[in-house]
Order: sequence, then structure tokens, then C-alpha cells
Amino acid sequence: MGLFNKLEPIAVARKALEEFGVDPFNVVIEDIISPTEALIMGRRTLLVGTNNYLGLTFDPECIEAAREATLLQGTGTTGSRMANGTFDSHRALEGELADFYNCSNAIVFSTGFVANLGMISTLTGPGDTILLDSDSHASIYDGCRMSGAAMIRFRHNNTGDLDKRLGRLGERAKESLIIVEGIYSMLGDRAPLKEIVEIKNRYGAWLMVDEAHSLGVLGKKGRGLVEEADVEKDVDFIIGTFSKSLGTIGGFCVSNHSELDLVRYASRSYVFTASPSPATIASVRVALKAVAARPELRTKLWENANQLYEGIRKMGFTVGPEPSPVVAVYMPSREETLVCWKALLDQGVYVNLVLPPAAPQGKSLLRCSVSAAHSSTQIEGVLKAFASLPRG
Amino acid sequence: MNIETMDYQKLLKEVTTILGRFSKQDRTIDETSLLVNDLGLDSLQVMEVVHDLEDTFDISFPLNNLSDVRTVKDLVQEIHQLIEAG
Repeated sequence: MGLFNKLEPIAVARKALEEFGVDPFNVVIEDIISPTEALIMGRRTLLVGTNNYLGLTFDPECIEAAREATLLQGTGTTGSRMANGTFDSHRALEGELADFYNCSNAIVFSTGFVANLGMISTLTGPGDTILLDSDSHASIYDGCRMSGAAMIRFRHNNTGDLDKRLGRLGERAKESLIIVEGIYSMLGDRAPLKEIVEIKNRYGAWLMVDEAHSLGVLGKKGRGLVEEADVEKDVDFIIGTFSKSLGTIGGFCVSNHSELDLVRYASRSYVFTASPSPATIASVRVALKAVAARPELRTKLWENANQLYEGIRKMGFTVGPEPSPVVAVYMPSREETLVCWKALLDQGVYVNLVLPPAAPQGKSLLRCSVSAAHSSTQIEGVLKAFASLPRG
Repeated sequence: MNIETMDYQKLLKEVTTILGRFSKQDRTIDETSLLVNDLGLDSLQVMEVVHDLEDTFDISFPLNNLSDVRTVKDLVQEIHQLIEAG
């Protein structure tokens, strides 16, 4: 095996999964029917784990914009933003993102993951300190590692823990970057952003908020937790993705620091990867307008989120800390999680299977994410499937 | 805790006590114990250990410094250096 020896534990784990007849981490969507339904293993299946929060993947205006852009500009840019990959539409989208957030500057990256890698590793370096929430996404951890800055992890959503760790840094706190998320991807809980901003301001530190799961979901205009918590002026950098509420793929950073533009010249993940396709950019531009102009999508999303969260909670399952479009259902063991995940799929309900170390605190989860495109009847169907699960 | 007067052995004892709370193996923890192979700690538990060490010794322990830590002795030496560095 040679170099592959280190993957042996994965081979063993995968073999154990084979008896389920399906690899939960390689589910194939045979046909996508709508934002909420697909054909999986020949069965019409309800999708309750796609992060398609506003259900815009089949929005006719988004599709038409993508079609027109492809016809006019081709299927791809075939180049990086710094070379031939910046079209007029990329710049237009950056302007629209800046306007949407009332910020002066915006940069579009090729994915949300790459946006975190590029921004964190460019903003910080050896000699700097990053304080990151322990439940941060892998892209944040990887960006921190790439940067060479000292990584200090504080306990999830624990502002006292953050305060204490900043206090230990002394004067270095002023050169430190705090990174939190609007809604955490696994448990669906919000960061206590107002308190974090107070701490950040007290120490003179910098603050980055990743709104990957909260863009389009929180705030009257859908600008995320920074809008909901009314701290937009206190956050230095907002990171976001196009691959959830906006229904395509890509990422961005917005900021009121005029120096943000310099990141374009220094960020390797901006300079050395191909830029998003014309279709992607065109679709995102329409979806971004919909986020602000169609608040009814958010209303429906939250109705569905509350229906699912409360329904599962009332059955006696332990769910995430607060109602949210991400509904995390704690399972007693890894084995029961697998059995229940398969039982849901057999009933035509797809949710995400989350096993350690992907889930916080070494827990196993059935992770659901709801969409504005779900009907109340579909959510009832999901609840019915959960009610039938074997309980230890 | 007065870290300035703490000698290596005291530090080792304190670290061993903390590791004992996380270890999955029923075995004596000594300087040569490997955090992962001998104590059965997974990556998440190692990070929890770091939290406890930071709070016990009132230090900042960057996760980057973990890459060179394999044994209990490595960990104690790392903490010693962090304490000395202030």
C-alpha cells in the first residue's frame, strides 16, 4: 500500500459500512427532481440535508440568467481572477455584494472553502494570533494552519473563554483575529455576536464572521447574523458562500477596510485557481437580489425550521440548542446513527449522517437542513419517518 | 498556581492528572506515554486537553505547537517553554 497505509483505518471503516448496502458518504443523486426531491437508489426521496435554504436552485430567473450567460460568455473562464478570469460580471457581482452589505469592498472567490483559506492565510501570518471557535468549519481550521499564525481555540460560543484567552495575549490581542460563524453548520446554533463584538472592541482585536449558513437565513434583508445582531459596523470581515442560500457555488469576503483589495495580489487561492463560470456569476446576481427582495422565502424557511425542530424535539429526541434551519438530532451511538440514517433513507428521507470527528464533542448526529421550498406536508412526512425510527 | 517556582516534576504530575481525566486506557501514565497510541486520545480530546492545560497554567497554547508533541514528556516540555516565555 505504501503511501496509502495511513488510509487503512478508513478502509476498515468503509468495509464496515458496506453491510448497509449504501455508503452514507457517497450517496448518488440519480435524478434531481426539485430543490426538495431527488431519485436515490431508484426511490423518490425527500431531501432534508442540502443546505439549499431558500430553494433557489430551480428558480426560473436564476436558471434563465445562467442560460443566457452561458450562451453569451461560454461555459467557463478557464483562468484565475488575476489572469484572464475576471469578467465584467465578476466585478459587477462584487459591487452588488458590497452594496448588499453596505460595505466598501468585496472579493469573489471560487468557493466558500477557498474564500476562508485565502482570506485567513493572507490576513494573518507568523507572529499573529487567531482565536477561533472550537466548532469552526474545516475551511477555517485549514486557513489558520496555512497562515502560520498561532491558533488559539476557545470553547464553542463561550464568550468568557474567549475573553480569558484574549486577556492572556496582552498587547498581542490588538493584532489578533477572532473567527466565528453566524450559524454553526453542525448544531445550527448562532454565535453570541453582540457579546463577542463587545469583547473584540474592548481588546482592539479584529473580527471575522463566516455567514455561510446564515446568509439569506437571518436578518430582515437576509444579511445574516451581523444584521440580526445589529453589529455590521463592528465586524471587520464577512465571509460567505454562494453554495447554500444562493444555490450555486463560489465564495466571497466583504469589508469596510479599503485594504481588502490588496488581498487580490497576495492570496494564493485567489491568484492560482480558476474563477467562477459566467453561469454561476449570473445566477448568483439574480439570487442575491431575491434574498433582499423576497423576505417571504425567509418566513417560509423559518416556519419549516420551527415545524421540524419542534416536531422532532417533542418526540423525545435530543436536538440542537435552538430552532434553526439546521436541525441536529443527537444519537446515542455511532451504530444507532447508522441504523437510523439507513431507516430514514429506506423511507425516502435523506438527511446528513455526521460521525466523529465531524460532529462537535465526539457526538454522532442525524443532521437535517430545511428549505423554504419544502411544503408543510413534506415536513410532516419527515416527522413521520423520524417517529418510526427504532429507539434504544 | 505559582508557575515560576514550579519544577518539572510538579508540572509532570499536574499534566498527568489532566491527561488521566481524558485517557481511554487503563494504564499508568508516565513521561514516555504516547498521547494517541497509549492513552487513546483522539484529535478532539487532544484539543480539550489543551483547553484544560491553558486554564490550569494560565498560558496560551497554540494548536500549531501540537505537531511536535507525541509523548507526555513532549507535552510537559512544551508547557514548560510556554510558561518560561511568559
